[in-house]
Amino acid sequence: MNEFAAHHPFLLVVLPKVVILLFVLLTALAYLTWFERKVVAHIQSRWGPYRVGPHGLLQPLADGVKFLFKEDVTPAGADKFAYFLAPFLSLSLAITSIAVIPFGPSDIKIFGQSTPLAITNLNIGLLVLFAITSMGVYGVALAGWSSNSKYPLLGGLRSSAQMISYELSLTMSVVGVVLMAGTFNLSAIVTSQQGFHWGFIPRWNLIGAPMPQILGFLLFFTSAVAETNRSPFDLAEAESELVAGFHTEYASFKFAMFFMAEYASMITVSCLATILFFGGWLSPFPQTPFWAWTHYIPTVALAVAGLALIAHGVRYITAFGRVVLPVIGLAMLGLGILVSLPGVVDFVQGPFWFLLKISIFLFVYVWVRGTLPRFRYDQLMDFGWKLLLPLSILNVVITSLAIVLTQK
Amino acid sequence: MVPTSYFLVLSAILFGLGVVAFIFKRNILTIFMSIELMLNAVNLAFITFSRALGQLQGQVFVFFVIVVAAAEAAVGLAIIILINRNRGTLNVERVDSLKD
Amino acid sequence: MTPQIAVFIVLAAVAVAGAVSLILQRHPIHSALSLIVVMVALAGLYLLQGADFVAAVQIIVYGGAIMVLFIFVIMLLNAGEEERTNSSFMARYVGVPLGIVFTGEVAYWIGRATLHLNPTAAASAVTTSTRDLSTLLFRQYMFPFELTSFLILIALLGALVLARRGDSD
Repeated sequence: MNEFAAHHPFLLVVLPKVVILLFVLLTALAYLTWFERKVVAHIQSRWGPYRVGPHGLLQPLADGVKFLFKEDVTPAGADKFAYFLAPFLSLSLAITSIAVIPFGPSDIKIFGQSTPLAITNLNIGLLVLFAITSMGVYGVALAGWSSNSKYPLLGGLRSSAQMISYELSLTMSVVGVVLMAGTFNLSAIVTSQQGFHWGFIPRWNLIGAPMPQILGFLLFFTSAVAETNRSPFDLAEAESELVAGFHTEYASFKFAMFFMAEYASMITVSCLATILFFGGWLSPFPQTPFWAWTHYIPTVALAVAGLALIAHGVRYITAFGRVVLPVIGLAMLGLGILVSLPGVVDFVQGPFWFLLKISIFLFVYVWVRGTLPRFRYDQLMDFGWKLLLPLSILNVVITSLAIVLTQK
Repeated sequence: MVPTSYFLVLSAILFGLGVVAFIFKRNILTIFMSIELMLNAVNLAFITFSRALGQLQGQVFVFFVIVVAAAEAAVGLAIIILINRNRGTLNVERVDSLKD
Repeated sequence: MTPQIAVFIVLAAVAVAGAVSLILQRHPIHSALSLIVVMVALAGLYLLQGADFVAAVQIIVYGGAIMVLFIFVIMLLNAGEEERTNSSFMARYVGVPLGIVFTGEVAYWIGRATLHLNPTAAASAVTTSTRDLSTLLFRQYMFPFELTSFLILIALLGALVLARRGDSD
């Protein structure tokens, strides 16, 4: 098997990675919608989806089925080519951007082939991500224009103007990180954040030397929320202002594609924020033998969650829930035991911390959506051009000053 | 490894297509886009030569060409908006009031 | 047929198809989309030659900013399809053949003149490092760099003044 892998590296190494990542990503997209609805509902003192499956867990499935069976209406006079191209472009670009994100250390061996725990390990990985983001503007602009209707056109123009404005501060806010790491390679940026100040504070770029990138992180996250057209910057697709903005005239599956593209870019931005500012897949605990017990944190977390789910599930209201929830809890318990095995423990460390940090960012995204009121469009553009862009340039200047002054 | 002449022939073909588009199209926006096509063809030639001669100056020059194209696009499109506002048309054959 | 030549042929075909589509499409927005396809194909060709930073910059700046500007203007001006007139005799039977002859001749002579100007095998395997490129840009070509910042400032002011809706003072 190892020689076969050496001769056909694409087939046995890259293809499984792509397939697994795609599968995990699409499932995560679906359940991210469930997560958002539950969290926003609880912020608003209600329960959210509760009846479709235990705790609403089958809601994404129901939504998917609904999208597939709805009638697909094309507006009269729409530009057919652009109308069909726009959601396809949005979704494919949003999903492609996961290809450069490293989920773990760079030297995992699959079938004897040493390969990074990412689909590719490009030397310009960060730039490729920004290139994909900047091409994503076309999905919105073409959708708005091709629908041959007033509200989508206005929504599309506003939305794409917003996206290109915040793209500037997005790219400038990460220049500080790139200066400190000295490379655009995402895996290298993560490994440059290894090590600990005074032995126990991790050297993540947020609190790194020579210049903590706190301002950079805040700018990046704010610009990213605006770039992905999420609350509080979602004026262009807000129901009360512009019907539904650029995707008003889109029916069933094409609307689902825009929807999925938005959540996929949320995931990408969260991944990027953890990689650039929070150490990516690095554990927050030092790696000395004294701290070796932290290697079992994934096990403990999964086992506790599984046991809690079993305990809750056996007393659930519906019979279906009384069966399904304990099964899921048992699966989590089994997984927790699986990751404590000696061969698997080291393998699982990187992805576990990475996924934990991404989940925290996604929670912050949804939290911000449920809490803050919307910006008005002119306030939004003022904010982007007059506050965020100068601050991001200031961040670049201060960081380069700090680097030059601390260089020996 | 792809021979240099392949890239240069492609660059020449793209440039020629840009010239044809510039001469035969009537919409001012399409003419402007054909200028961008010609600039892109020239960028390809620069990168090819930078690679063939082993120097990086070609790539630096491509940067400057991209920057100049951006500046030119901004001002040119502003002028096109003005022409549309004053003349009501985007057809270059209609903007001929200086003709006798 | 090495994989590189296969990739080159695919990308070149896409670029030429995009350029031909730019000429043949009637609506300017379809021409703009074709031009975006050409630019992405060219970025792929830059990648094939090891100029990865320039490829990324091409997509970010040209494809993500300049062409977005074009598409905005097309949408704002509500540019419609070009009127369908028959091309004149001169255009169809003299112009287009002459254009093809011109292009073919330039391509032929350039191709013939550079047949032996291939990089060495070692040089062709090297990917340009961003560090080298930026060293060159910020040391030797610092003055043109600063001049381009002035150029962009002038373009910004010019576009702002020109496109402002006619309040005269």
